[in-house]
Amino acid sequence: MKVPPGVSTSDFSEALRQFEEVVGKEWVFTSDEDVAMYRDAYSPFYGEADELVASAAVAPDGVEQVQKIVRIANQYKIPIYTISTGKNLGYGGSAPCYSGSVVLDLKRMNRILEVNEKNAYCLVEPGVSYFDLYRYIQEKGIRLWVDVPDPGWGSPVGNALDRGGGYLLPQFRNHFDSHCGMEVVLANGEILRTGMGALPGAKTWQEYKSGFGPWIDGVFSQSNFGVVTKMGFWMCPAPDSYQVGTVTVPKYNDLTQLIDILGYLENTGCTNGMPFLGSPMLARGPIGEQGPLADPELTALLNDENGPVPEEMDAYAEKKGVHQWSCTVSFYGGPQANAGNWEFAKEKFSAIPGAKFTDGGAYKLPLTPEVQAKFNLPQFGIPSLQMFSIGARSAINPTPGEGHIWFSPIIPRTGEAVFEANRVFRQAAKELGLPVPPFSLPTCYWERAFIFLFGFPITHDPETNKKNRKAFQQLVKIAAEHGWGEYRTAPAHQAAVMDTYSFNNHALLRFHETLKDAVDPNGILSAGRYGIWPKHLRDSHTWRSS
Amino acid sequence: MNMKKAAVLLILMLTAATFAWAGPPQEKDSQLERGHKVYDKWCFPCHGTGVGKPGTDALKARGQNPAVLEERTDLTAALINTVVRHGVGFMPVFRKTEISDAELDAIDAYLMRNNKK
Repeated sequence: MKVPPGVSTSDFSEALRQFEEVVGKEWVFTSDEDVAMYRDAYSPFYGEADELVASAAVAPDGVEQVQKIVRIANQYKIPIYTISTGKNLGYGGSAPCYSGSVVLDLKRMNRILEVNEKNAYCLVEPGVSYFDLYRYIQEKGIRLWVDVPDPGWGSPVGNALDRGGGYLLPQFRNHFDSHCGMEVVLANGEILRTGMGALPGAKTWQEYKSGFGPWIDGVFSQSNFGVVTKMGFWMCPAPDSYQVGTVTVPKYNDLTQLIDILGYLENTGCTNGMPFLGSPMLARGPIGEQGPLADPELTALLNDENGPVPEEMDAYAEKKGVHQWSCTVSFYGGPQANAGNWEFAKEKFSAIPGAKFTDGGAYKLPLTPEVQAKFNLPQFGIPSLQMFSIGARSAINPTPGEGHIWFSPIIPRTGEAVFEANRVFRQAAKELGLPVPPFSLPTCYWERAFIFLFGFPITHDPETNKKNRKAFQQLVKIAAEHGWGEYRTAPAHQAAVMDTYSFNNHALLRFHETLKDAVDPNGILSAGRYGIWPKHLRDSHTWRSS
Repeated sequence: MNMKKAAVLLILMLTAATFAWAGPPQEKDSQLERGHKVYDKWCFPCHGTGVGKPGTDALKARGQNPAVLEERTDLTAALINTVVRHGVGFMPVFRKTEISDAELDAIDAYLMRNNKK
């Protein structure tokens, strides 16, 4: 039996016995075989001595059981690490941030407590998956959509707390922003409700976000200050129709104006679907096309030491008769409004000389299965695992890795920033011996900033993983030197990323630590999550480079 | 394969064999029905038919024919259980809080329903 660091075998045995009393013997996992199921399948340390692994797992099926477990953990100072569905692959999976922690597996807490069609919200427990919620509303014929991230097996609670994103209208795409009210078990076992939930008998817990006084919900995301046991979310009333269209522009520097106009259209509410940037010339679509370029002449242009020369790129594009950039915009709403908004978008994009437009069609919702097959399902609130086609074995990728993690910096939503990030990351990739991407386009989850997503393969070869870990952390530093920070990262890199958020001698991290010491003095909750360590582990784990 | 894994596989195979020969037809039917439901919930999104099924695409790329698990007649409980509980390639482990041992038995029964006896 593996024992958490700093805990005696007798205390651990007694704590496990008491956990069993709370949840039943069946739901406390201690055998090597069972505990191994909590390994992070995509761990950057897979199979190495430093791999982050659990000592045991305990799976409650209700908030009262969570309270009891937390109190026992406090009594015996057992580190526990909370997961919801445990499928946060690429950002940690079901493994703890502190090796030897007992995983608090909330998967059995899978109740959909309320779906309110009239006011378009739901209240769910952490073990509910996007698939579960989708099936529930389908079975009951509820005319609401769930904003889902790429992997449908994730948890709305877990994904929101990790600040993940989706594909519908802007007010739903940021999953933490679209939550409304939470219930949290604190380290001392007390239950706290946020927002209107603090008012006993509140009638608007899922309808008014901030309640009264300081709005503290944010401190429970990407953190370890409590165990969230319920969360409300605003849902999207099923739209009537969908329309989509694409604009292409001919010249290299047109990307800047394209993005400026897109920002205007999005932030004035003209286009409300998630936009996708692409490049017809580079054969870079919104999703998936990540292979090498077919034409060596084009590769040479992109590989220019100082970055592509716009005039040369323009001459190449003209010779080939292709446009360099595309932007696909979409509209949810009434059919007339959608058509009008597309016309207005075309008018605005026409400010770019040579802009061409392709109508992608207008569709009554829900889509027919035939039409649906042409689209990425999450754009219609339908959970899927389609995104795992990237990286997994397939006809175009016959020798895949064993998983991936994401390097995912946030950059300004401007064409200038896209060009600069490409220049910086191409140079960094060359220096770090990484595959050099031909050109990367960011994704447009958020309305005011871009996110770059670079997949790092995970292998079962420690040497390769070691090299990739080092390169990853170099990229984090290089990004930070340019003012770009990671939005989320795997546990192996959380301390390194937190270290880059160092304004005024790490004032933010020091505040987190003050909070941690106040609300979890024994440091039992999810030690190390997002680089926040309890006092007794701080010196040996926290990264502070300056 | 180490001895421990071999022993686990043997136990799993025996469990599956016991199931395959046990119970009256009604029980067998309800086990298949349960297996079908669990399969639809947990396996179909990746291994089913239609576009966007990475598990099916991965098996196809390996030359597996048929690539859809439900259409195969060569799956064994040992193989299914090992893959579900240990993962393979991009496919992660499924824990007991996700798919219980009893549900895994039902998946086995469902996916082996067309195997030659």
